[in-house]
Parts: sequence; C-alpha cells; structure tokens
Amino acid sequence: MSPRLLLLACFAVARAWAGEIAPEERRSGYEMMSRETQKIQDDDATNPGMLWVLDGEAMWKRKAGAADRACADCHQSMRGVAARYPSLDAARGRPVTLEQRINSCRVDHQKAPLLPYESKELLALSAYVARQSRGLPIEPKIDAKTKPFLDAGREAFHRRQGQLNLSCSQCHDDHWGKHLAGSVIPQAHPNGYPIYRLEWQSLGSLGRRLRNCLFGIRAQVPDLGSEELVDLELYLMWRARGMKVEAPGVRP
Amino acid sequence: MARAVVTVPARAKRGEIVEIKTLAQHAMETGFRRTQTGELIPRDIIRSFSCTYNGVEVCRVELHPAIAANPLIAFTTVATESGTLQFQWVGDNGYTVTEIAPIKVE
Amino acid sequence: MTTRRQFLIVAAALAAPTAAKAQLDPNLAANRKAAFQEARRRIVGDTLVRPGRVKLTLPPLIDNGNSVPLSVTVQSPMTEADHVKAIHVLTEKNPLPDVVSVRLSPRAGRATFSTRVRLADTQTVTAIAQMSDGSFWSDGAEVVVTLSACLEEGLI
Repeated sequence: MSPRLLLLACFAVARAWAGEIAPEERRSGYEMMSRETQKIQDDDATNPGMLWVLDGEAMWKRKAGAADRACADCHQSMRGVAARYPSLDAARGRPVTLEQRINSCRVDHQKAPLLPYESKELLALSAYVARQSRGLPIEPKIDAKTKPFLDAGREAFHRRQGQLNLSCSQCHDDHWGKHLAGSVIPQAHPNGYPIYRLEWQSLGSLGRRLRNCLFGIRAQVPDLGSEELVDLELYLMWRARGMKVEAPGVRP
Repeated sequence: MARAVVTVPARAKRGEIVEIKTLAQHAMETGFRRTQTGELIPRDIIRSFSCTYNGVEVCRVELHPAIAANPLIAFTTVATESGTLQFQWVGDNGYTVTEIAPIKVE
Repeated sequence: MTTRRQFLIVAAALAAPTAAKAQLDPNLAANRKAAFQEARRRIVGDTLVRPGRVKLTLPPLIDNGNSVPLSVTVQSPMTEADHVKAIHVLTEKNPLPDVVSVRLSPRAGRATFSTRVRLADTQTVTAIAQMSDGSFWSDGAEVVVTLSACLEEGLI
C-alpha cells in the first residue's frame, strides 16, 4: 500500500471514531461525583430516590382504572426491563420510553387515565421498575426496525444546535472530565435514570434532563415524550450499552 | 404514599448503640424562592422531628429552611429493651407524619 | 389630563419602595453576619465557647449547594453526669443563621448526628455543642459552594 493511501486510510478511521468515547474509557457519572454524594446513592437508607421507589411499589400493588386491575395482577418481577428501554412499540412502529410504556399499560389494560410526564406518580412507577434492573447491563435492542431511530438519535447528538452552536458530542465526547464553571462535565450516560438530582431537589427522568441541557445551550427544547427526544434517549442508552444500571441514581 | 422511611436494625444486643436513619419526603420550601413573575413562594417546611423509644423521647430535632429537601436525619440510640420506636415529623400547613419500627433486644 | 412626565414621576415614586425591597440588600453580608452573631448569642448567652470536642464534617468542595451532607460528632461519655444536651448548627451567609438543633440525652449512646443542608455561598459553618455541665464547645468547617454550570430557571 502506498504511503499516501495508508495515510488516507488512517485519516478515514480516525474521522469515524473522532468524538466517540472508546468503550473501555466510558465512565458513569457516579465516578465524577464527590465521595459524599456517591455515599448518598449507595445507601438505600439515605438515597432520596428510594422514597419514590417505595411509592411506586405501593402503586404497583394497588388496583386502578375502570378495569380495576393492579400492575401486580399481570406482572411479576420487572428485572431487566428498564435496561432494555427505549424499546420498540409494535403498535406505534417506533421505540417508546419506559414512562410511555407504563402509560400505554395504564390506558390499554387498566383503563386508567394517562399519568402526566414528570408527575410524582409516573416517576414513582418508573423508579420502582428501574430499581429492579439495578446492577444489570444496559442493552437496548437494536435491529432493522429500531436502527433508523438510533441513527436519528446519533445524528441529533452530533449536530451543532442552538444559539451557542454546540453539539452534545463536543462537551460529552470531547471534553468530558474537564470543568464547565464549577461543574465537572460528565460523559452523559443515562445509566442512573430516573435520578434524584440535587439541583432539582427531586426525582426526574432522562427527558427532563435532556430538556434542561438543550435549554442550557439555548437550543429549541422538544416536548417531553416527543419523537426526537426519545430517539436521542435511544442513542444515549445504546452509547451506554454494557454499563450497569444504577437507578435510582443520585447526581449533582 | 411513602411519606417517610426509617431504617432501624431489626435486632440488637442489650446496651448496643444502634444507628437509625430516617428519610422524609418533603420539598422543604424555604420561603425565599420566587416564581418566574417575582412572587414569593411561602415557606413550607418540616419544623420538628422526634423519636420515642417505648414512649420515652430519645431524640428531638428542630429543622429550619436550611435543611435540604427530602430531609435525612440520622442519629444513634442505646438498645435498652425490645419494643417500638416511634418517629414523628411535624411541619407547616398541618403536615404530620408518623412511622413505627419494632426493635428486638436480646 | 396627566402629562407623560407627571405619570412617569408618580409611577416611579410608587414603584420605588417595592423595587427597593425586591432589590438585594446592599448590606447583605453584614446583616447576615449580625444575624449569625445574634443566633449564637441566643444559644450560648455570655458563656465562653471553647473550640474542641466537637467534630463538624462537611465536604470541602461540594457538588451542589442544595444538598450538602453534614455530620456532627461530639466527644462525650453520654452518661447522666456528663452528656451533650444539644447540638446547634449555624451559618454566616445563609438567609437565616439557624440550620438545625438536635436535643439529645444519655439514651443516645453517642453524641452524633447526620443530615443534609443547604448552603447559599462559600462560607464557614459552625457547630456548637451544649453540655450538661453548662459548658459550650464548637467546631467550624469551611465549604466552597458553586452554582450549577447551567441554570434551568424552573424548566421541567
């Protein structure tokens, strides 16, 4: 192979990987917090997220809706479920988040009204389900049906946007570990969601966090549950594949 | 709805000092925050916490707005005899929550 | 008919007191420090407060000022004759000086307490222990508090 061709080949490979974090270099946001905040997450007795998990457990067992059915009437263990979301919804022909799936179940099977996004009830249920995947590796299913949405999410992650003309990738792939004002820039893996965020003083979903970020870079903020937000969540979960679920995580 | 959760060892030796951790779900609104239009959001906090051990008060805490939301209160008590630990949180706007935990002392 | 000039003068006069109230107090730091001294005096009176026996633990650089883990431990046998009656935590730069007061008795076994607090600014936090013999002991801890990199302004 001529030197020039070799150089071009190297350049092509480098460009393809430019920005993406090597799998072995991925770090959970947990590792970028102070030891004191880590301890809050580690102990169920001090993790405020557990308040929502316990609420969720109570709701899970309670009959609801016109069908007078409890989640527990149909479902046993939800171990591994949250690690696979966002997941394909056959009826809708596109991936949905765990919160959207919970709402589908409520409407279709319990004949109960939708729970609003970021409501205490919906967060409690998703926290209860997600907690049961704690310690398991993230593995959203990517196949011919879900790949187009993954690609859309990847494109969104790498696209410069907003008044600050920043892409997610610029901070979270290229400058993680460095500081933005007083905060350490994490790699932005969603392995702790739903998280108890100290800034919120409450539990919240990945969708809420993404909207906050986009607001921060002065970009157009998509609605909670919107397709572009879910596509981005799918990409982020795929990007974090293999990393352990930490729900309910605690984050600054 | 889980208003509060307490973590107490189920059993202990007589005279042993046991650790108790409690979490209460409460926004602890300071009274210093303002809405987007500038109105002051009124204070709404938990004001006091107490723990009684078979009816005897073993810990009392006065909370102020500087206590973080969803307050953690952790303390110790001597395992004197088997019985019941009762925890009570009292706050603004009639907020009152009680939790009970048994303790077996050998 | 009111002229525009008259209208503006009246409007400004009406707005001034409320505007001044909503503005940040120019003597904020001094007033908060005075409030801290007053709170301290309310607790200890004229008694001398000695440094020592108290250990106040706070992370030196915190992740978020909304929730800072804090613990206080006081050296004491916690007997009927010699125990800690109360632990008080105060700040100099928060809107209010009092943070928390814990009442203990020999039933506690150990004079120790943990919670999470809000800290408004980089400052020194003070813990004062009130002993059964009427003496007061204290410890201070310095904390650096920063604002979050991106403020969300209530967006959910």
